[in-house]
Amino acid sequence: MFTFEELKRSFLVSIWFVFLTFPIMVIRVDSIEKTVQWRWMNMVYVAIGSFILSFVFRYMMQRKEMKSEDNGDGDKKDKTGRSFIHRWLADPKYRNAILGSLLAAAIIFPHVFSTYQTSIMTTALMYVVLGLGLNIVVGLAGLLDLGYVAFYAVGAYTYALLYHFFGVGFWVALPIGGLLAALFGILLGIPVLRLRGDYLAIVTLGFGEIIRLVMENWGAFSQGPSGVSNIPRPSFFGIDMSLDTALVYTYYLMILLVIFTIFFVNRLQDSRLGRAWIALREDEIACQAMGIDKMKTKLVAFSLGAFWAGIVGVIFAAKTTFISPRSFTFIESAIILSIVVLGGMGSIIGVIFGALILILLPEYLRALSEYRMLAFGAILVCMMVFRPQGIIGSIRRTYTYQNRKKADGEVS
Amino acid sequence: MDYFIELLFSGLSRGAIYALIALGYTMVYGIIGLINFAHGEIYMIGAFTSFIIATILTILGFPGLAIILLAGLAAVIWSASYGYTIEKVAYKPLRHAPRLSALISAIGMSMFLQNYVLLAQTSDFLPFPQLVPDFDFMEPIAHIVGSSDMVILVTTTVVMICLTILIKYTKIGKAMRATSQDRTMAMLVGINVNRIISITFIIGSSLAAIGGMLVASHIGQINFYIGFIAGIKAFTAAVLGGIGSIPGAVLGSVVLGLTESFATGYVSSDYEDVFAFSLLVLILIFKPSGLLGKADTQKV
Repeated sequence: MFTFEELKRSFLVSIWFVFLTFPIMVIRVDSIEKTVQWRWMNMVYVAIGSFILSFVFRYMMQRKEMKSEDNGDGDKKDKTGRSFIHRWLADPKYRNAILGSLLAAAIIFPHVFSTYQTSIMTTALMYVVLGLGLNIVVGLAGLLDLGYVAFYAVGAYTYALLYHFFGVGFWVALPIGGLLAALFGILLGIPVLRLRGDYLAIVTLGFGEIIRLVMENWGAFSQGPSGVSNIPRPSFFGIDMSLDTALVYTYYLMILLVIFTIFFVNRLQDSRLGRAWIALREDEIACQAMGIDKMKTKLVAFSLGAFWAGIVGVIFAAKTTFISPRSFTFIESAIILSIVVLGGMGSIIGVIFGALILILLPEYLRALSEYRMLAFGAILVCMMVFRPQGIIGSIRRTYTYQNRKKADGEVS
Repeated sequence: MDYFIELLFSGLSRGAIYALIALGYTMVYGIIGLINFAHGEIYMIGAFTSFIIATILTILGFPGLAIILLAGLAAVIWSASYGYTIEKVAYKPLRHAPRLSALISAIGMSMFLQNYVLLAQTSDFLPFPQLVPDFDFMEPIAHIVGSSDMVILVTTTVVMICLTILIKYTKIGKAMRATSQDRTMAMLVGINVNRIISITFIIGSSLAAIGGMLVASHIGQINFYIGFIAGIKAFTAAVLGGIGSIPGAVLGSVVLGLTESFATGYVSSDYEDVFAFSLLVLILIFKPSGLLGKADTQKV
């Protein structure tokens, strides 16, 4: 398997990377103390690492090419192309069992595990909903939104400031936060959705930064960089709750929201609107020719995505009881995007898995959390290069002609 | 009046830096139609490389001019290598994939490089040595125009002239223009398109590296995050001028630099970045093709 030719190629790649990473990885200087630190061990790591990775890279490329050749010859892949999760969920016998046990596990979770675990799980669930919201925009409608965190910030600040200035409670702020975020989505969407996709990415990125910078600098309104503190936790018919109970309550709230979101997005996907999004993602011109109002369809996707971000923003403010502009940097947007891309754009189960993996893994592998953002970047690149459909890709709606010519039921 | 001229020059030198970075965006966009999100990071790596080399040379006791030249050369070499490698690893496999895929890959690359420098070097702001000395002949106007502003302007002008000659009058430039007009056709007439794309990345990255070194020595500190904001602003400049157009990128950069300089000088410095982003949103709303760009008609 390892021919001489391949070894030579990997060797050259390894030499190239040693050269490439030399100044950044090996040398570290202190310009004040005037000392230079040479870290030769890093060079060895880079050499070995790139040598091995070049084999992996080539192997993956070969596999990808073989796959794409396979896909070429007809529809025999139709059944085998699905992952086992899809097949389980398509079968009602398994589906009910799986969903039932998952629900049971979710309900007893806070009673079995500590408060700390529940808190982490609540955060992960928030990212699940954020991922599903962004999935509408990126996965279904194919609009790359890099400022998703802006809508999240709008939601969080809506609650924080409404409480701060007017004493508005959580349940009133929840819909207001969502609607205000959706309104921002529409306001931003009207001018920029006419543009091609890559411009949209930059404008949304700029918008995300603008919101953060305004919140940081407009001290009189948002209390500036120090943020808003003492935001009340979610209330339950005015009952006073201890910190632990409030956390468990927030957890259940998130579970409900996740279930509602999954249900909503799933129904949405199969609706006329959802199909219009997917069509728009695939080919705008053909879509317009079929009489779909491009602007309106995109705007709905954009504002719906924003709505979800706003809702989660309100819950975020209530859960942490403190928000500052620092919670809403581009990195947040990038994390949510990684979730959607890793899980599989357009796939609900994929996004859920993506969120749980990307949020829970760094929490439990504390040693690795330093490398988290590095890994996220690498994940985005590797997923795009080797597996653009994500770990659990969405299934295209296809009709399989069986004996009774019945359309195949789809769950994705 | 002095204040006005001071702002004018600071705006121009700002614009010159943006131009050096924006050219990389616009050239890559012109050739493969991709917003190279990692371009800001190349600029940051250029600044870091020149910082490291300059510090070592200072410790070894080299004379000032040699430090500038060698550090600049090192920055160019390494940034160009990074640009080349990034293209090969993250963009080339996606050349026939949907645009969104390549864009996401570029964002991933940008995050990866940022954190790579963060982990390998430091998250602190590093004091960058002042490479450009205060010239004696600049003494009478030193309170208005700094020496490093002047060096930035002169260097950028020289680089622009070289680039124009390269693109207009050499064979490589001709091949680049052909590739950006029609890649398939360029292939048919015997242009090695892969090579041209690599060269584009190398040139763009070299320009960014020069910009990185100049601005770092001008501002006096660097950290791993400088590429992000600089990248977005340079992109704004490229879009303002009309993305894909090389004179447009320069014009857009100068306009953006002046806008920022005057806005921060006369209005408020807290919202420096907000001005740039608002300008970007405004251009995209009212003239998405940019000042010098051609309107983009799509064939069906």
